[in-house]
Amino acid sequence: MMNSDYAIQVKGIGKRYRIGAAQERSDTLRDLIVSQVGKARGIFQPRRSAARSDHNHIWALRDVSFDVKKGQALGIIGRNGAGKSTLLKVLSRVTDPTEGVGELRGRVGSLLEVGTGFHPELTGRENIYLNGAILGMRKKEIDARYDEIVAFSEVDQFIDTPVKRYSSGMYLRLAFAVAAHLEPEILVVDEVLAVGDADFQRKCLGKMSDVAQQGRTVLFVSHNMSAIQRLTEESIVLDKGKVLLRAPSAEAVDFYLNRGLSKLGERFWEHDEIPVTAAPFRPLAIRLLDKNNTVSDSVRSVDPITIEIEYQLEAEITGLRVGYYLNTSRGEAVFTSFDTDPHDLFNEYTSRPAGVYLSRCTIPANTLNEGRFSIGINASAYRIKRYFQDDQALSFSVDASGAPGTQWPEPRPGAVRPALDWRIDRKGTA
Amino acid sequence: MATVDSQTANQTVVLKPAKGWLGVDLKELWYYRELVYFLTWRDIKVRYKQAALGIAWVILQPLITALVSTFVFSRGLKIDSGSLPYPLFVLSAYLPWHLFANSLTKSSSSLVGNANLITKVYFPRIIIPLASVLSSLLDFFISLVILLIAMVIYKAPITLTALWIIPFSVLAMIIALAVGLWFSALNVQYRDVQQILPFISQIWLYITPVLYPINIGNNPIFKAIYNLNPMVGVVQGFRWALFGGTQPDATIWISGAAILLLFISGIYFFRRMEKTFADVV
Repeated sequence: MMNSDYAIQVKGIGKRYRIGAAQERSDTLRDLIVSQVGKARGIFQPRRSAARSDHNHIWALRDVSFDVKKGQALGIIGRNGAGKSTLLKVLSRVTDPTEGVGELRGRVGSLLEVGTGFHPELTGRENIYLNGAILGMRKKEIDARYDEIVAFSEVDQFIDTPVKRYSSGMYLRLAFAVAAHLEPEILVVDEVLAVGDADFQRKCLGKMSDVAQQGRTVLFVSHNMSAIQRLTEESIVLDKGKVLLRAPSAEAVDFYLNRGLSKLGERFWEHDEIPVTAAPFRPLAIRLLDKNNTVSDSVRSVDPITIEIEYQLEAEITGLRVGYYLNTSRGEAVFTSFDTDPHDLFNEYTSRPAGVYLSRCTIPANTLNEGRFSIGINASAYRIKRYFQDDQALSFSVDASGAPGTQWPEPRPGAVRPALDWRIDRKGTA
Repeated sequence: MATVDSQTANQTVVLKPAKGWLGVDLKELWYYRELVYFLTWRDIKVRYKQAALGIAWVILQPLITALVSTFVFSRGLKIDSGSLPYPLFVLSAYLPWHLFANSLTKSSSSLVGNANLITKVYFPRIIIPLASVLSSLLDFFISLVILLIAMVIYKAPITLTALWIIPFSVLAMIIALAVGLWFSALNVQYRDVQQILPFISQIWLYITPVLYPINIGNNPIFKAIYNLNPMVGVVQGFRWALFGGTQPDATIWISGAAILLLFISGIYFFRRMEKTFADVV
């Protein structure tokens, strides 16, 4: 089936998972014995395995076929749970497909996360070698690129310090530096650019586009639509484990955004994204609403913005406060606000019985400057317990057109852009 | 500037649903040999980095074991180790035993301990238990030096026969790897393994002539059953290599067959389970 013009060809790939595979790990031998006894008893009963297996399994991928020419960069877009990560896992051979076949021609480097195998006790230098080997580099390749890697990471003074003493930024830079110097013929990249500050992301994107231009085949998953459009010519749109469309990236991104496959400005938490320690608090969704109360991820500075956090309490919580941090995309804090900040609400909601709640907050018009912002949410009882926190719950952009000062087309530094009262008095005639 | 070896440039990876029993792809394993080295090196490095006494533990462990068991078994229980001084008797068996037990413990928990690698990167999974077995070698070499010093102190002659400890040590590691393959794969699904393992280790120690000499008589059936425990052959062979005495006889083939069976079944079981590691761990 292989045509040598293609680096990747897959046909009818499917991957089935058992529902509750996460719980499976805590299986005990007792469960096994019990289930085997149960099976033995069922020997004389008619087989119903087909019906049952559909019930107990889900297809994370189904009938996925596509090919990628050598040297082509292909984007994969789809919302959370569409099967993107499963597809990358199958392609990078971390897990086997349940059905279908595929061929990858050339050495495959997969970057499903940065810093796989980094050990906190080891120094930066040691981790470069360890991580490089894990990613499939030979020692002599690492030797040859060692200086480049260190230079790219900008952590040269700390290279002999254990990475547990690194700041998270340094850690990420080092981890990405190793990965970026992996030189396979086929590079499979998951959302690795979603981390780090804006400068770092820009640097990574630059490196990625270098890679794409060197004639390597790249498969690239990202939620960052502009990155997809910059790095790839073509993209496929995945939804519910199936390929919906393959088209030039601009068209694919358009399709994805307009089909409502992406509800930008809205974020749901799936069951497996919520740590067990959050109970009885269960985050459901966070939404950003514009002045017409429609969900949106781009709002105007001159309009009020509403942030809505929906959550469920499975039991009563006393002293709960639900709120958010607003940060710039560079990670600078703008402000923090909780739903029981107002004194009247604080007195009214000393405790909240079980139920579904919606905490809404309106940021008045003329507050934020243009740029991208991110929202992290926090649900806690002060000094008692932090139930849930997600520092990257949502991100959105603010457009400043019409805001005070926009008569001059200059960027105004700062995260806020308040409409302030100015008075000009003429104090005399000179 | 792509500097990829010519041998890899044309490599084609085939994705397909995994079925049935697979052997080990030795060529692939050879390709990943550097990863074996780096993971072994990491295990050793990390183990002693945070311990206050660091590498000194490696020296203290066999010394303390030899000391305590000399007092308890030799002085206390009056176990007769024949012409051999009891400390030498214990140390010579402790070495291969410790190599085995250490390797077994580490390899059994290795897959679970490296879950982050398994779910993110492809490489032959067998490398993980293999590297953890190899990382026990450092302890072994240091203990060996201690044993040699003890032999000099007790004026025990060191002969060329002593070189036989090499194959016996390799055998101890193969047994550990064989059992480790079973346990590490089982451990991914059933964490009970981690709970059972200390008991298994301990019982195994009791049925192996480490602390006491074998005195099982000459009943051939009894002897055959006893030798089904492959560590019996290893420990006795080790003592024989260093101090002479009864040479390993034909019963060692029973140990050998047991090892072979364990090892081959271990590999196949591991390969079979391997496909679901990333989904389950």
